[in-house]
Amino acid sequence: MPAVQETVERVKSIDVDQYKYGFETKIESDRAPKGLDESTVRFISAKKNEPEWLLEWRLEAFRRWKTMSEPDWARVKINPIDYQDLYYYSAPKTTAGPKSLAEVDPELLKTYEKLGIPLREQEMLAGVAVEGRSKVAVDAVFDSVSVVTTFQEELKKAGVIFGSISEAVKNHPELVRKYLGSVVPVTDNFFATLNSAVFSDGSFVYIPKGVRCPMELSTYFRINERNTGQFERTLIIADEGAYVSYLEGCTAPQRDENQLHAAVVELVALEGAEIKYSTVQNWYPGDSAGKGGIYNFVTKRGDCRGNNSKISWTQVETGSAITWKYPSCILRGDNSQGEFYSIAISNGHQQVDSGTKMIHLGKNTSSRIISKGIAAGVSQNTYRGQVSAHRKASNARNFTNCDSLLIGDKCGAHTTPYIEAKNSSAVFEHEATTSKISDEMLFYCRQRGLSAEEAVALVVNGFVKDVLQHLPMEFAVEAQKLIAISLEGSVG
Amino acid sequence: MNAEVKMMRTAAETQYADALGSLPATGAIRDLRAKALSDFIEKGLPHRRVEEWKYTDLRVLMREMAPLADRPDASAIAEAKKNGVLANIGAREITFVNGAFAAELSNLKGLEKGLSISTLADALAKDPMLPQLLAGLNPSKYDAVYALNTAALNEGVVIDVAAGAQITKPIHIRHIVTGTKPVSVFGRVFVKAGKKSQATIVQSHSGPDAVAYQTNTVLQLSVADDAELDVVRVQAEGDKAIHLSMMIGAAGAKSRFRSFTLTTGASVSRHTVPFAFAGKDIRASISGATLLRHKQHADMTLEVDHALPGGESRELFKTVLDDETKGVFQGLIIVRPDAQKTDGRMMSAALLLGESAEMDNKPELEIFADDVQCAHGATTGALDDDLMFYLRARGIPKKEAESLLIQSFFGEAIEQIENEKIRDAVMLRAGKWLAERSVK
Repeated sequence: MPAVQETVERVKSIDVDQYKYGFETKIESDRAPKGLDESTVRFISAKKNEPEWLLEWRLEAFRRWKTMSEPDWARVKINPIDYQDLYYYSAPKTTAGPKSLAEVDPELLKTYEKLGIPLREQEMLAGVAVEGRSKVAVDAVFDSVSVVTTFQEELKKAGVIFGSISEAVKNHPELVRKYLGSVVPVTDNFFATLNSAVFSDGSFVYIPKGVRCPMELSTYFRINERNTGQFERTLIIADEGAYVSYLEGCTAPQRDENQLHAAVVELVALEGAEIKYSTVQNWYPGDSAGKGGIYNFVTKRGDCRGNNSKISWTQVETGSAITWKYPSCILRGDNSQGEFYSIAISNGHQQVDSGTKMIHLGKNTSSRIISKGIAAGVSQNTYRGQVSAHRKASNARNFTNCDSLLIGDKCGAHTTPYIEAKNSSAVFEHEATTSKISDEMLFYCRQRGLSAEEAVALVVNGFVKDVLQHLPMEFAVEAQKLIAISLEGSVG
Repeated sequence: MNAEVKMMRTAAETQYADALGSLPATGAIRDLRAKALSDFIEKGLPHRRVEEWKYTDLRVLMREMAPLADRPDASAIAEAKKNGVLANIGAREITFVNGAFAAELSNLKGLEKGLSISTLADALAKDPMLPQLLAGLNPSKYDAVYALNTAALNEGVVIDVAAGAQITKPIHIRHIVTGTKPVSVFGRVFVKAGKKSQATIVQSHSGPDAVAYQTNTVLQLSVADDAELDVVRVQAEGDKAIHLSMMIGAAGAKSRFRSFTLTTGASVSRHTVPFAFAGKDIRASISGATLLRHKQHADMTLEVDHALPGGESRELFKTVLDDETKGVFQGLIIVRPDAQKTDGRMMSAALLLGESAEMDNKPELEIFADDVQCAHGATTGALDDDLMFYLRARGIPKKEAESLLIQSFFGEAIEQIENEKIRDAVMLRAGKWLAERSVK
């Protein structure tokens, strides 16, 4: 595997504390006053020129949120979050709505260049010719707003709607109104309710009937501003027979204080539709002493609403000080399928509590969960998942495999699955293992001249291969490198 | 969803507080009882928001407490004499009827050298340290079953196997309930297995059908270094009973522990097993088979805690669910930072026979040491159509074919029992359950 060699070289050149995306962009921004009350919600809504119904929706969420308390069941230790000490809206100061890349602040473009995110379509097209890569349309979200969306024209031709959710509220209110909050209700949980009240931007995707989206869609999230929370909301609708593959990436500058990220992602797959959602989450994880880092509290849920629909989640979680996220599938339609492939890596003082829910409601539904957790340093890595079959979900089928790998004797790996079968024709299988990298394997590699770190990287890449192969190709290479970097400093 | 819920006290909680609060307090255990009762009054019965009781909402399942049982009279003793289970395993029998020690149905004569058996009251009179020993083997956090059992601590038995003693004859503790009125029955068994000792304990629970009685028993096991202890439990309560029980164990270095539980009785049952690996290189196996029909609800909850290196644990549980039954398995393996080289394997398999049967599995791993091999598995499914077809194609009738498959399913767990006579008796009981099964 040539990539492994490359990975190893990359690991070598980096210090333990080095977070590659830790730089900060100096850019003037427009912020809401600090703190959260009804006026903040109104401020955000007004900034976005939102219709009355959406403001009401937000306010209802906010009122509800005030009566809720933070959930405490996850295996994570959280420094108390002062919700009044945050900025809930921050946007780069630019002229309203850039029409083309030429109008976008060059600082911003530089930022994305540094991050390796191609926003210039020409360059990307050139790239296609050279490397034979497929095209990817990107929606770039900077702090609270969407900066630019590429390949608009080409997508329009196919009938695909892809852009920021604020635009969608303006241009396609009927779609937003119909689907927003229909998968993750306003009252779902503390963080989702907070998001409903203050969400600032995010991506909106609609794939019309029978359309196979001509390219991969991608959103790139970046938190830049100090003390801001990022609350984005993504809504993807695949109409009957449609297909879309969507990628999501995230980074943030290196800062000493913890920053809050509470996103909501809703997927709706109608009859015969398929949505593939991939995430490479690389928020700033904090330094080696556990200072700083992003608190990542995300609610992601997909609804296989129509018969024969399919939703597939793939995630590579390497960043964030705390990850609290359970991408789930509601298998409502008959013969619908849900998949969850996850690699969760924790190093240093990171805490991960992640997993999935597969709720089988329709007949002949099936789901598959492959979760690989790797814990190093003094981190804690928990898989928490639920598989349930409703009384009427005859022939529900699930296979779950969650493996954990421990590197070092100060970390912890935990597995908490809930498997609930209320139907006799349900067939559920669950297996989980926890072990360390075996000495024999390392010895074998070392004997062949690999260094200790190279050997670990090799074994780890083998361990996560089942999941990596479900990532789109460009992401897979990136993820592989990321994994090696995340584990940097964990050996010896 | 995260709103604070203030719980009202239920009828059962009030009745427990009143009934147990007015028990005459006796000497050394008075403080223990008072503390347990005040804990219970503060925290009450568990409900579904208590994580460990998520699938067995005791507040709902146990609306009222049955009145405390009276001391058994001659007719109760006569009834109990007829109704015990596992009569032919060649064991020394110790019998409790409606929670009270029944000397006439117990054999305490000719005890083997190194074996001492005494009632809890006698043992307390002799050994002032006993309350401390009992309190030392308590669950790591509040458990309503343990709190109630301790608040009602009165009758029980203490079995002391001296260091080096090899007791080959099994000791059978029988908890029998009689009569036609719902009663509440409590029991406590404490087994102390000395260094390098060896013993086999059998515990059985039985009672009349159609009577909504309630039992609560706690079995505490202290297994010293190099000791070998086998425990076989048979829960065959009446079909309307509520059975709450715990088996709390702590094992010393290089000890060997095996336990098996057959559950066929009670309308609602919960068995909790907190087991601590308190020494190095312990080998333990905890297994069980649960066979349910009609609307029975059975909950098996384990917490296997590896604190020191080199432990090996094996857990195998089989659950057969007919009709509208509900099975619960919660198994937690904890491996603490010092417990390197731990090898833990846990398996829970459920067979759903009834269309409306439900199985809830929650196998958990909590691991803080890196050089370990831990795994758990959980499966849920119906009888294999291909296997059924194979048997039917050979002319085997439906009921027989099903029975064969079901028996081979739970048989694997029963085979874990080391003592042949006991294994056969348990298999016979399970076979009886199978024979009584009606095929749709």
